[in-house]
Amino acid sequence: MIEQVLLWFFAAAALAGGLMMLVLRHPMRVALALIATMLALAGIYALLGVHVIAVFQVLIYVGAVMVFMVYAIMLLDVRDPSFTHRYSGYLLPGLVGLAVLAGAFALGLGAPAPAAGPASTGAEFGVQRFSIDFLRDYWLYFELTSVLLVAAVVAAIAILKAKRRSNG
Amino acid sequence: MDNTQLLLALSTALFAVGLAGVVIRRNLLVMLMCMELMLNGVVLSLVTLSQQAASTTGAVLVFLVFVVAAAEIAIAVPIVLLLARRKHTLDLDAFTDLKG
Repeated sequence: MIEQVLLWFFAAAALAGGLMMLVLRHPMRVALALIATMLALAGIYALLGVHVIAVFQVLIYVGAVMVFMVYAIMLLDVRDPSFTHRYSGYLLPGLVGLAVLAGAFALGLGAPAPAAGPASTGAEFGVQRFSIDFLRDYWLYFELTSVLLVAAVVAAIAILKAKRRSNG
Repeated sequence: MDNTQLLLALSTALFAVGLAGVVIRRNLLVMLMCMELMLNGVVLSLVTLSQQAASTTGAVLVFLVFVVAAAEIAIAVPIVLLLARRKHTLDLDAFTDLKG
């Protein structure tokens, strides 16, 4: 019972955070709304019993990605029309597109749901089971992501170099 | 409405809101954050369905998606910084010369 109430609460919080992102003006407030949405999603993952994903959601998304984003917002102290005028010229087409997309999704979700398979007991997503499966069956992908991260670091340094060249 | 349908509806709603944000917002960083919202919506549906399937494969896939998203942000934010440094603005209308 309490899980059901919490699930609805977190779902409503996530949706409210997403909608706030559309109407808030300053990028820092938008970032805080996005952080609230991500934390609500982490709560949903924890309620589903997927604890590993919930922890990664908080650590990687909120801890790394959003902190980086907030740093970028604070670094860019520009005052320009994008800070006072919220919407681009595509406001009306964008809202019409949102309505059409939401309607299409609602039609798709209105179809009868597929028969639910065996619901997870949560043991599949414990840290122990996850780590063993991850490093035994999927070690190649683990190594490939580290290669990807190295490439991202090199690319970030290259972008910084380009920035310096364009300045000097 | 059972939980799976609730969460799938939430994930599609987050995706739609994020897409609308990318289209209607004016600030480059806000558009980037709306793209993150779209990614979060998709990840929510992935987690919901992999929890239904009760296998670790989905969890591993979600972890890899997280890593890719972190790498994407590590590239995208410096690009936005570079654009802002060049034009001294984050306004979308300043970058119309990128049009083909």
